[in-house]
Amino acid sequence: MLITPRNRLTLSENDVTPEAVYLSRRHFMAGAAGLGLAASFPGVTLAGPDYSEVAKAQGPQWFEDKLANTRWDAVVAEDKITPFNDATHYNNFYEFGSDKDDPAQNAGKLNTVPWSVTIDGEVANPGRYALEDIVQPSRFEERIYRLRCVEAWSMVIPWLGIPLADVIKRAGPTGNAKYVRFETLVDPKQMPGQDSRFALIDWPYEEGLRIDEAMHPLAFLAVGMYGRVLPNQNGAPLRLVVPWKYGFKSIKSIVRILLVEEQPETSWHKLAPNEYGFYANVNPEVDHPRWSQATERRLPNSLFRPNVIETQMFNGYAEQVAGLYQGMDLRKYY
Amino acid sequence: MWLWRTLVFIAALVPVGWWAWHVAMNAAGPEPGRYLLLNFGQGALVLLLITLSLTPLTKLTRWKGFSVVRRQLGLWTFSYGLAHLLCYLLFILALDWSALGTELQRRPYIIVGALALLILLILSLTSNRASMRRLGKRWKALHKLVYLVLALVLLHFFWIVRADLTQWSGYAAVAVGLMLLRIPPVARTLPALRKRAQRHGHD
Ligand code: HEM
Repeated sequence: MLITPRNRLTLSENDVTPEAVYLSRRHFMAGAAGLGLAASFPGVTLAGPDYSEVAKAQGPQWFEDKLANTRWDAVVAEDKITPFNDATHYNNFYEFGSDKDDPAQNAGKLNTVPWSVTIDGEVANPGRYALEDIVQPSRFEERIYRLRCVEAWSMVIPWLGIPLADVIKRAGPTGNAKYVRFETLVDPKQMPGQDSRFALIDWPYEEGLRIDEAMHPLAFLAVGMYGRVLPNQNGAPLRLVVPWKYGFKSIKSIVRILLVEEQPETSWHKLAPNEYGFYANVNPEVDHPRWSQATERRLPNSLFRPNVIETQMFNGYAEQVAGLYQGMDLRKYY
Repeated sequence: MWLWRTLVFIAALVPVGWWAWHVAMNAAGPEPGRYLLLNFGQGALVLLLITLSLTPLTKLTRWKGFSVVRRQLGLWTFSYGLAHLLCYLLFILALDWSALGTELQRRPYIIVGALALLILLILSLTSNRASMRRLGKRWKALHKLVYLVLALVLLHFFWIVRADLTQWSGYAAVAVGLMLLRIPPVARTLPALRKRAQRHGHD
């Protein structure tokens, strides 16, 4: 078994907008000696990383404008970043089909401009907002997160977006807002998987977080990845990224964010409650009935190097998030 | 007939070459081991269904060619199943034997798959004249276990399905169809169908 050295991620819990405090290896290799200092100053933009191998895409104007002022490498991981082509051709996005390469083939039909998101429920400012208005007040950040799928494979993705907490704060949660519920678009014309008569998921896809999880600085709303706008198969134009939970929590193509008092029902939990819990925190000690969670296959791998590594508690983010679950029996609340 | 047998032999190898080509060309995605695992699994199921369609086809057409390749296709089913298992051991478990122990204890879909493969092994080992002679009447009873294999494999596959049963339903429908053709009253109509078709042909 191959065990790669694990990353260290530096981010303190009360740091609401984490600054780049740890340098990625890329920058050391670039020989940028002065950057160590630069990076420790809030607001200093590092030059964007090298994404020359990534398929170019023109995002909407507001996206390209904000991109210029991105805080690159705001959160980094020492793990090697997954090649763009793999991250975009190996997806679980059942709205576009159930094989891993179906989303890449079928997601082209999805129209993401214009896009609006309804934010309602227990908030002071409910309404239907244009995506650009939701994102506008926050600065873009790049965050390199490990992504651990419940099927026991993992990747490392450089996301672009804004902290989820920013959006929730702007919506003005009331005292009754205990949970956040998210919904994906339903439109079988654009999402052929929703047309399948044998689909087991009851559309729309729904996910949820406890409010303190949603307000955690690591919880992220992505609109881009690899220095460009999100490809449709990766959840364009707006998706959640919760790096310490299994990938299915990170709901894609969001059209609604609802703040609620009761714990919301979530799609996979509805389908198989004994297999998928509400929390779905990455936990090597609690197996999914069909897959061991003790190890994961870091992709891409090859026939000669299956790249099986040990799974870390909370996907390696325990230092940052374990406090959220103090005193909870994680076997019971899986 | 030897030409026909050779053609079937080559045809059974073609998919393996096709998948190997994809892996070699880096066109099998970021997880080539799982690509092979799933293809050999589905390949084994397809071969099993083809094998089970030979008897009805013989009845329908009376062409001996179908029955002369039955044993060969049965052995191919087992070989694909064995390759499927090897992919699992090499690429998913990375030869971690203690993990295999846990998987075999805890995962119903693995247990069911292993049982199916074990039966296929027994059937393969007894697919020869000597065994037929030695086992006599019991040989036929033993080889009826192939229906159990079909049921186990469909269950194995069913338990793996995450969110959409379309593909599985297709296989299950074919399997049910093939089983219906074996119910004696239905099976008896097959030669009659052929005769009727022949008569029309001579009109
Ligand atoms: C020891 C025996 C076996 C083991 C350990 C095994 C293991 C597996 C595993 C790990 C998967 C993939 C599960 C996933 O999607 O994550 C799978 C899928 C599958 N297996 Fe097996 N299996 C065994 C025997 C068999 C046999 C004998 C057959 C058929 C004759 C078979 C047919 C299939 C099929 C059709 C699939 C689904 C492929 C797909 O989703 O495209 N398996 N098996």
